[in-house]
Amino acid sequence: MISIDNVTVGYGAAGFITAVDGVSFTIGSNEIIGIAGESGSGKSTLMRAVYGDFSTGLRIKSGTVTGRFTDAATGKTIEKPSSLFRDLWWDQISYIPQGSMSVLNPLMKIEKQVVDGLPRRERGGGRRELRARIAKFLAGFGLEENVLDAYPHQLSGGMRQRVLVAIAAFVNPRLILADEPTTALDVVVQKKILLMMVEIQRRLQNTLVLVSHDLGVHYQITDRLVIMYKGQIVEAGRTADIFANPQHDYTRNLIASLPRLHGQRAVDRVGAGA
Amino acid sequence: MSDASILEVRNVSRSYRKGGFFGGTHFKAVDDVSFTLPAKPQVFSIVGESGSGKTTLARMVLRLVEPSEGDIRLLGRPLIGKEGRIDSLEFRRLVQPIFQNPFEAFSAYLPIEDYLRRTALNLKVAKSVEEADRLADRALRSVNLSLERIRGKYIRQFSGGELQRISVARALIPQPKLIVADEPVSMVDASLRMSIVNLFRTIVEEQGVSFIYITHDLSTAYYLSDQVAIMNHGRVVESGVPTDILDNPSEAYTRELMAAIPTVGERWSELDAIDSAYPTHSSRQKTGSNQPPANA
Repeated sequence: MISIDNVTVGYGAAGFITAVDGVSFTIGSNEIIGIAGESGSGKSTLMRAVYGDFSTGLRIKSGTVTGRFTDAATGKTIEKPSSLFRDLWWDQISYIPQGSMSVLNPLMKIEKQVVDGLPRRERGGGRRELRARIAKFLAGFGLEENVLDAYPHQLSGGMRQRVLVAIAAFVNPRLILADEPTTALDVVVQKKILLMMVEIQRRLQNTLVLVSHDLGVHYQITDRLVIMYKGQIVEAGRTADIFANPQHDYTRNLIASLPRLHGQRAVDRVGAGA
Repeated sequence: MSDASILEVRNVSRSYRKGGFFGGTHFKAVDDVSFTLPAKPQVFSIVGESGSGKTTLARMVLRLVEPSEGDIRLLGRPLIGKEGRIDSLEFRRLVQPIFQNPFEAFSAYLPIEDYLRRTALNLKVAKSVEEADRLADRALRSVNLSLERIRGKYIRQFSGGELQRISVARALIPQPKLIVADEPVSMVDASLRMSIVNLFRTIVEEQGVSFIYITHDLSTAYYLSDQVAIMNHGRVVESGVPTDILDNPSEAYTRELMAAIPTVGERWSELDAIDSAYPTHSSRQKTGSNQPPANA
């Protein structure tokens, strides 16, 4: 669906600050692929390069990001670089950006925000009919119709996040890109939303790319995993394989550094050591 | 009896008004909470989700918020009320905070060493700049840094992990009895998180400082603490030694919290239900049919 070929991405017009350095991998159809890494690893930058949002001074210095989609109306194959993805946004590709707690427009009711983002093909019928369709869809996320009449500040963080996931899924995209979609949420709410995202992916048989610093989240829901460190991919493969048999020292340390319930405790460590 | 404890929190509540300019209702952010930190230095964790009241409780211990009801005593002396109340300077020498975001805890316009020096001078634990520097250096060394290494640097020149270690050093300058740390590692990368958590433990053991560790993360609380209290809707639902309550939780809420942690090696059972509802997805059985990621 997307092939990323030896791509170097960074920022700046005069000087160039490299954030992603010579990265290659393929995003297939019908899979959940995870991108893991810590702050500064380049995972969000890579995601933006895949989405094709170059409005923030982001620049592909070398290499290519190429997408292959099937036009829903004509059945024709669309193949183009991510810099030309704009007309596929909220049609073939949905994006849930990082910090999405503050992504919704605070001055606009939810209904208008949902409708404004829809491609023409989804806007058929009257306003009332469309509202009913959206309300029915939101119900599947445990959101009541009156959410549509709320302003973002009237909703909890978990509800806002569910609204964003719902908007992203409503257009039946082939590709959903989610950048830390549950990072600011409590674990109980996080689990609900992740399970919803998995179910959407299974139902639509589309592709979900999930960026997260949390290896536990990747372990739970991704099929394949890419581990980034300082702008490069240090390890990639099937998620189960990486956790069973991490190849790179960085990955090994990352997995080993996770504290576990019922695992070793610091009290034991100090007690044994000193 | 109270002389034997560092901190005693007795039947503490804090109410806030909610909604309505006139009228509205009151709700209790913290509702009748009691716990004691014994004289022996240790880590007491307060675990809860957002809105559980854990931060309000921490702020009451830090005397940033006044309780609506109840009593808090530090070394047997009241934090609130008029009689025998600990004065502000002494309080700040005894109890120090560490906050979630170290980038917001320090001024962006001062070199870090200035900030640490001012802390020592403001708390009147140092009488001269030289003495303040000596105290700052000693504190920095206990977090594996030194004055030499941070000299002339501003906050943006540090990583989140380093800066949080400096926050710990700042808190150690007056050699306090108690440090209240509110989500101190939630913004620190996973690979550095454990080194800071381990640092807390070392400080407890070597410097005799007690910690109140406020967190949403049960796993680090389990790892770090001598005692843990689980909060929900302002109340402590369960508390005790972590191995006792988390290896064998009696409360439904604790179990729900534990089951929601995305743990490596323990796949959520709900995922199997989703997979069997959509059998076309063959993720877990996928062999070599998918294109492998071709990373050069």
